[in-house]
Amino acid sequence: MDLLELKNLKKYFATQKAVDDISLSIKEGSIFGMLGPNGAGKTTLLRMITGIFYPDSGSILFNGKTFDPQNDFRNIGYMPEERGLYKKMKIGEQAVYLARLKGLSNTEATAKVKEWFIKFEMQSWWNKKVEDLSKGMSQKLQFVTTVLHEPKLIILDEPFSGLDPVNANLIKDEIFNLAKNGSTIIFSTHRMEQVEEICDHIVLINKGTKILDGSVHNVKQEFKENLYQLGATTLPEHMMTYIFEVVKHERDKVLLKLQDDATPNDVLKHFLNQGIAIHSFNEVLPSLNDIFIKLVNGTANARQFQPLP
Amino acid sequence: MSKTGLIISREYFTRVRKKSFLLTTILVPIVIVAFYAAIIMITIKGGTDETKLAIIDEAGLFTDSLLSQQKTIKASVIKNETEASFTPKYKDQGYQAFLYVPATNFDSTKNLVVHSASSLSLTNSFAIEKLVNKAIENKRLINRGIDPEVFKSISANVKIENTIDSKDGSKKGSAGIAYAVSFLCGILIYMMMIIYGTQVMRGVMEEKTNRIAEVIVSSVKPFQLMLGKIIGIGAVGLTQFAIWIILMGILTSVIPLLVPGLAEQVGAAAAAGSTAGKDMNMLATITTGISSLPIAKILFLFMFYFLAGYLTYASLFAAIGSVVSDDQQEAQQLVFPVLMPIIVGFVIMTQSINNPHSSLAVFGSLFPLTSPIVMMGRITYDIPMWQLIVSMLLLVGSFLFFTWITGKIYRTGILMYGKKPSWKEMLKWAFMKN
Repeated sequence: MDLLELKNLKKYFATQKAVDDISLSIKEGSIFGMLGPNGAGKTTLLRMITGIFYPDSGSILFNGKTFDPQNDFRNIGYMPEERGLYKKMKIGEQAVYLARLKGLSNTEATAKVKEWFIKFEMQSWWNKKVEDLSKGMSQKLQFVTTVLHEPKLIILDEPFSGLDPVNANLIKDEIFNLAKNGSTIIFSTHRMEQVEEICDHIVLINKGTKILDGSVHNVKQEFKENLYQLGATTLPEHMMTYIFEVVKHERDKVLLKLQDDATPNDVLKHFLNQGIAIHSFNEVLPSLNDIFIKLVNGTANARQFQPLP
Repeated sequence: MSKTGLIISREYFTRVRKKSFLLTTILVPIVIVAFYAAIIMITIKGGTDETKLAIIDEAGLFTDSLLSQQKTIKASVIKNETEASFTPKYKDQGYQAFLYVPATNFDSTKNLVVHSASSLSLTNSFAIEKLVNKAIENKRLINRGIDPEVFKSISANVKIENTIDSKDGSKKGSAGIAYAVSFLCGILIYMMMIIYGTQVMRGVMEEKTNRIAEVIVSSVKPFQLMLGKIIGIGAVGLTQFAIWIILMGILTSVIPLLVPGLAEQVGAAAAAGSTAGKDMNMLATITTGISSLPIAKILFLFMFYFLAGYLTYASLFAAIGSVVSDDQQEAQQLVFPVLMPIIVGFVIMTQSINNPHSSLAVFGSLFPLTSPIVMMGRITYDIPMWQLIVSMLLLVGSFLFFTWITGKIYRTGILMYGKKPSWKEMLKWAFMKN
């Protein structure tokens, strides 16, 4: 079942079509990657999903019903890209305050904060102030305040920036955990290797429009370029054939691009016939990074301001 | 608790628990009362620290009865000395100064010389002058054949007392006290509006630059956040007022107990009619003056105009805080047009105290951006009821209008980063739909 469904969302600002007719749907319990270059309109889209902005047109269905920010606040946890916490407020009080703003009672909020602080080994922080924390520490705190009220939908904008590998793993595990327990997670980032690792489904947004939508597996299949890597003890200097062309040739391995009508078996046969001892052969799928660059490249790096009609 | 209530209590308690709040709240009245007490103490103590003055009276001006009337200096007539012979000796005999009066008939005015070890204090030199003139006056009266006692009995010493005829009967009043109360109320509202208005602006700027605003508006409506902040900070202001009033009350009633005998000294000094006595007469005037004022009405109007004025301006300050980013200079540029009417209001207020029914005063106390301050200038006078009602309605109306407009600017501004928007853009936000 789809937890969130966006239909033809539009949001125009004075100088830009920030979000121009985007539709997508997100399955309950999935980890959904929202990718796009800087200024693509991701933040605007996320702000509409969190109810901070009203769309100019289009509709949002949350849990099968029309999205109503006033009631659905409770079910959404939003961690914006630019972290925000009160610097001078005590950490424990702050976490409780933010949870209560989401609608938890005082005792409920306090219990939850304590539970999470123990989980993340932050018990000693309670009476400290945010200004005493390092960037990574406040990141952890921000994550805790985002997921504390057990929202159905968790929106994380660049959750790993500034975290060391240990803490990044801690949060990554927690994201998997939350998804396993039924939360739906929207994950917005530029870091493609994290997306490949974490996300089930991705969309790519550029210049306010959706240019790619699919599961990580399907997207990779769609963009594969018939590349195979073959490893062998010795390789001939020249490998001229109509079956493939050599993309990269190293001492004991070679990257091959198959012609359209050739199959991997043809390649293997070709090498076996030459009596070459093969020790590895595998398909090389494009990384999301490559796909991202391929799709976004050719469009101007920085988004130009466009006057509206 | 509602979400707005939560925000109000956060804004309130984080500020009230700050050390700086406690410090200013408690120190300000203590400093004022201590200052006030110090002045009284100094005037009283000054009277007991007598200057000893020797007089070489070759003209036979001074009588014992005349000398004994003088309180601040202790004067005694020295016999069998001349100016030249006494000059090297007076210090050793314990006198701080000596006055030489040569033998003349004093029909024409002539200056006299006082010798002193160090330069005479202003009070002492006035006291000596007064003494000498009194003595010469007596001498001249006698020379003309008039008994000084007869003269004293016919000279007039009449003071003017003001009786205010209001609906609740006649009362003694004091123009000075009315003036002071008006001015104090006006300056308090002026200061509170600027201080707490700026606090609202800073708070909004802090939330914006910390980016916490984005987290919070994903839980509450921006308008709730703005309103919570404004009300929370306003409550801090009210708390400060309340603490001040209580502290002032305690201190003024405790100080006479801490300094035993103060009351007796005050009474004695007043009876003796010395300079300290005059201060005490002033105290009496203050108490009768204050009791002549319609305290309940003043308190009500003060609270009303403080709250409504603060709320009107706070929303403007909040809107400014939401459109500027970290830059203090940008904030200052935008704050200026908001501060202008407050300052103009203050100027009109000082005018309207002297001239409470002038057209400028009436205009200023009706115009909602200046009325909270200007009305204070007229608070001790009889304000026509229609003016009060119109002024209050206009103020409440403008509060609602400004909050509605600025709420929209705030909602857009708080999530905008980068360049400061132009006035035109802000107006566009303000009148945007939804």
